Amino acid sequence: MPLDLSIPAQLTTAYLPDLIVMGGGMLLLLWAVWRPDSEAHARSVAYLAMGICLAGVAAVLWSWNRGLTATNGAIAVDNFRWLTDLVILLGLLMTLAISVDFNQRMKLHAPEMHVLVLLAGGGMMLLTAARDLMVLFLGIELMSVAVYVLAGIDRRSSRGAESSLKYFLLGAFSSAFLLYGIALIYGATGSTNLVTIGERIATPAVSGSPMMMVGLALLLVGFAFKVAAAPFHMWTPDVYDGAPAPFSGLMACAVKTASFAALVRVCLEAVGTGSERWHLALWWLAAATMVVGNLFAIQQRNVKRMLSYSSIGHAGFLLVAVTAQTTEGAAAIAFYLVAYTLATLGAFAVVVAMNDGSDRATHVDAYAGLWTVRPGLAMAMAVYMLALLGFPLVGGMGFFAKWYVLQAALHASAPQTKLAIILVLTTVVSAGFYLYLVMVMFMRPRPEGLAPPPPATRLTRLVIATSVVLILAFGLYPSPAVNIAQRSAAASFAPSPARPTAGAVTP
Amino acid sequence: MRDLLTAMHYGSWILPVLLLLPVVGAVAIWIAAKPAPHEDDREYRESFIARDIAIGVLVLELVLSLGLWWAFDTETAAWQFVVDLPWLADWGARFTVGIDGISLMMVLLTTVLMPIAVLGGWTSVRHKLRTYYALFLLLEAGILGTFLALDLLLFYVMWEIMLIPIYFIIGIYGGERRIYASIKFFLYTLFGSLLMLVGVIVLWRYTGGTSFAFDDVMRVAPKGGPAALWLFGAFSIAFAIKVPIFPFHTWLPDAHVEAPTAGSVILAGVLLKMGTYGFLRFSIPLFPAAAMHPTVRTVMLALAVIGIIYGALVALVQTDIKKLVAYSSVSHLGFVMLGIFAFTPESVQGAQMVTISHGISSGALFLLVGMIYERTHTRLISAYGGIARTVPMFSAALALVAMSSIGLPGTNGFVGEFLVLIGTYKVFPFLAATASVGVVLGAAYLLWALQRIIFNPLDNPENATLSDLNRRELGVMGVIAVLIIWLGVMPEPLLRRTASATKRLVDRVQAVSPVPVSAAATALARDTVTSPIPGPGR
Repeated sequence: MPLDLSIPAQLTTAYLPDLIVMGGGMLLLLWAVWRPDSEAHARSVAYLAMGICLAGVAAVLWSWNRGLTATNGAIAVDNFRWLTDLVILLGLLMTLAISVDFNQRMKLHAPEMHVLVLLAGGGMMLLTAARDLMVLFLGIELMSVAVYVLAGIDRRSSRGAESSLKYFLLGAFSSAFLLYGIALIYGATGSTNLVTIGERIATPAVSGSPMMMVGLALLLVGFAFKVAAAPFHMWTPDVYDGAPAPFSGLMACAVKTASFAALVRVCLEAVGTGSERWHLALWWLAAATMVVGNLFAIQQRNVKRMLSYSSIGHAGFLLVAVTAQTTEGAAAIAFYLVAYTLATLGAFAVVVAMNDGSDRATHVDAYAGLWTVRPGLAMAMAVYMLALLGFPLVGGMGFFAKWYVLQAALHASAPQTKLAIILVLTTVVSAGFYLYLVMVMFMRPRPEGLAPPPPATRLTRLVIATSVVLILAFGLYPSPAVNIAQRSAAASFAPSPARPTAGAVTP
Repeated sequence: MRDLLTAMHYGSWILPVLLLLPVVGAVAIWIAAKPAPHEDDREYRESFIARDIAIGVLVLELVLSLGLWWAFDTETAAWQFVVDLPWLADWGARFTVGIDGISLMMVLLTTVLMPIAVLGGWTSVRHKLRTYYALFLLLEAGILGTFLALDLLLFYVMWEIMLIPIYFIIGIYGGERRIYASIKFFLYTLFGSLLMLVGVIVLWRYTGGTSFAFDDVMRVAPKGGPAALWLFGAFSIAFAIKVPIFPFHTWLPDAHVEAPTAGSVILAGVLLKMGTYGFLRFSIPLFPAAAMHPTVRTVMLALAVIGIIYGALVALVQTDIKKLVAYSSVSHLGFVMLGIFAFTPESVQGAQMVTISHGISSGALFLLVGMIYERTHTRLISAYGGIARTVPMFSAALALVAMSSIGLPGTNGFVGEFLVLIGTYKVFPFLAATASVGVVLGAAYLLWALQRIIFNPLDNPENATLSDLNRRELGVMGVIAVLIIWLGVMPEPLLRRTASATKRLVDRVQAVSPVPVSAAATALARDTVTSPIPGPGR
């Protein structure tokens, strides 16, 4: 059903899921501050927040089912948006569920954190909907500001404060780049609408103008900061390490999902078809990110830091699919993000379940012989690690995610064979640290006197069990998920007629 | 026999059942042998159930798979017992299993060696038995899947999945350096197989993204030019690491020495064969022009011969029996590679024969090393000597198996190596001559080791009180002895079963790359590097 976004009522319809999450968050804020701080109150806020997320899921499914479309305006109404919204909401739900457990362990009750998760989620959903650079900027800011606070939500932790400050300073810096880039692109094309930019960039006068090129470069730098692509990844390990584990997971998954969704849209609707230099920059970003993320992860002995470098590496893998600049690449990204979200947030759920309040709990040594005391946790973690590695069957969906990205890269009209080879080789490197953790859990003896981690709450166990089952089930039979990703990407982005000629774009 | 099997519709269910049964068994072990926490004695007793279930399933697999021997039609080279089920409709991947003569032997080797390995290593593992035996059953499923798959994606999945159980078997139950060995093994194999994954995707693109079926892929695979060479390389590196061909062999001594007895038996007996099977099934038939490219062929043949000599020389100087056996594998697998790339009908048949007989004799050697290690807790050759007087049955078994590994006429080892050398001599006389030095060296290191272990004076007092093989161990060695003699005296039934598939393979390659074998030899002698031979595809 086509919507006319200039009519307020129809604009509201197009924007319904985002309104539910954001409006629900604001109402929840009132309830959160209404009652005095207590653990029970914080928990009730968390449950309500999860309810709002579920309402958001329902709204997304409703909109999807009605087949809403819109051709004009600043908001994209298409299936790719709905799909990435669902991935984001999945991330939010998992984060909220494990944060309850985390709060109990850390004796932390700040009900506003759950509200902030919802507000960040609203920003992310705005980002996936952005068909206008101004909306995109709004989304990024809304998301980031909430996440800055979440990183430092544990006010007693100096490392949390460090993490928050670092993230804020660098994030503000990157936002400035982004904004400057948007301004220059506006200067070159006279529009901030992605579709209009895409039309105007086709003329050589625009695509070759220095203003446009600088603008695109700055825009890409802003994105690279947000998705933690090398060499703009420096903040990631410190921030993920210092932030509370559930919110490290949120940053690694939902934030990345939203940023990639926006990047894909910018690529496919505005820039990708017009600029070879943009393609080349993406190529090098992807290559560097894969190499840096996976190489640096090897020497990490702190599981949170290891996961943060791993998330950098995965940003690189995703950038490979972006570089393909096809609808198939977009579908691969959506599919990959589902697998990545399940596995990474699952791993962070295990990190939460390992937490005994001490700093050593995130060190690899705390995982030694985990299999003998908490076989379920160890096996779940092994599945996540193998999924992130992209191993078939036992790594479940992770294999098909990597497979899909490889296939998209090799299937593009300009096949990215070299990138595919780099992807494969860095995957071997990544086995070095994913397997290291598996080895520690299963093959090292449990040291004497190391107490088993406290039992996880039912909600955390539910998160872990559900994500493992989903990963394994989609690993055996990925067709439904593949179908959805394929069709929603194909329906959302028209195949681009003009494309950089093969060969000229790969270095 | 055949009529009975036909009446049971044997062919229509046997392969999926062979694949599924171990998985079911693993689950059953996991459920039935649930250990009671904090009660050590109870856990131990319950774990024996795990072992019983495991051996039951493995023997059942063996019995079921033996039907293949009779039901197999030796006249045809087509796929037999094919079962084809839909799997991933969007990408055209299907669950297709089937066998021809080449894979029939591999399947039977697996199902025969598995119960032998578990029975032989019956008491070598003493903790976490439940997981151990569940992993073993999963390993069997993975290996069989690799040999049965006729769909490239299914093959890749099976090829990878089999890594996980063996990784844990080495890493949890292995010797002192088990962690290093298991990770090295895993990373090495993963490196190769991920390159193969890229190859699989590229081949799949050639079919227009519609099919992974072996026959479809073979039809569209590039018949020449750089693409064929690159793809051949992507597949062959995976297989070469697995075999292992000479410069890629460094994972082998570590993994074989550190693995528990049954793990070593399966590693040497079956897992290495997945590499040679890969060459016969994928690398050569899919890219015949690349495989028969003079330069490629020269390199492969040279590496094979280097492997034969180098493996034997290194085995000669080992002080650890298990390491000696491990390096002897490098040498024997060199013969297989020599036979495959010499590519005459005799040498390819011989290569398969070496594959089978090496599986039996090298597996048996690892079993015997494990048996004596359980008694003395040392693998140093210098700690033994003269034990023929205290453990006569063990010594007799060791002597017989060593003879079979050396390739004494009348044992299984002779047939394969002889065929390889005969076949190679026709086209590359010089290589055949060099390789036969390897046979002599093989006799040298094994006979010398035999002398230092079971003969010589009995100078270590601890060896005076060794107990001889018990009934279980005697039974296992008896089965192996029968296999050794039977295949040595009467290899014809086996060769007849591999003949059609081998002939088809040779014909297909000759058709695409119509270089007369002797011309290839002269081309090799001249050392000319010509462009890939144009095939019908270009």
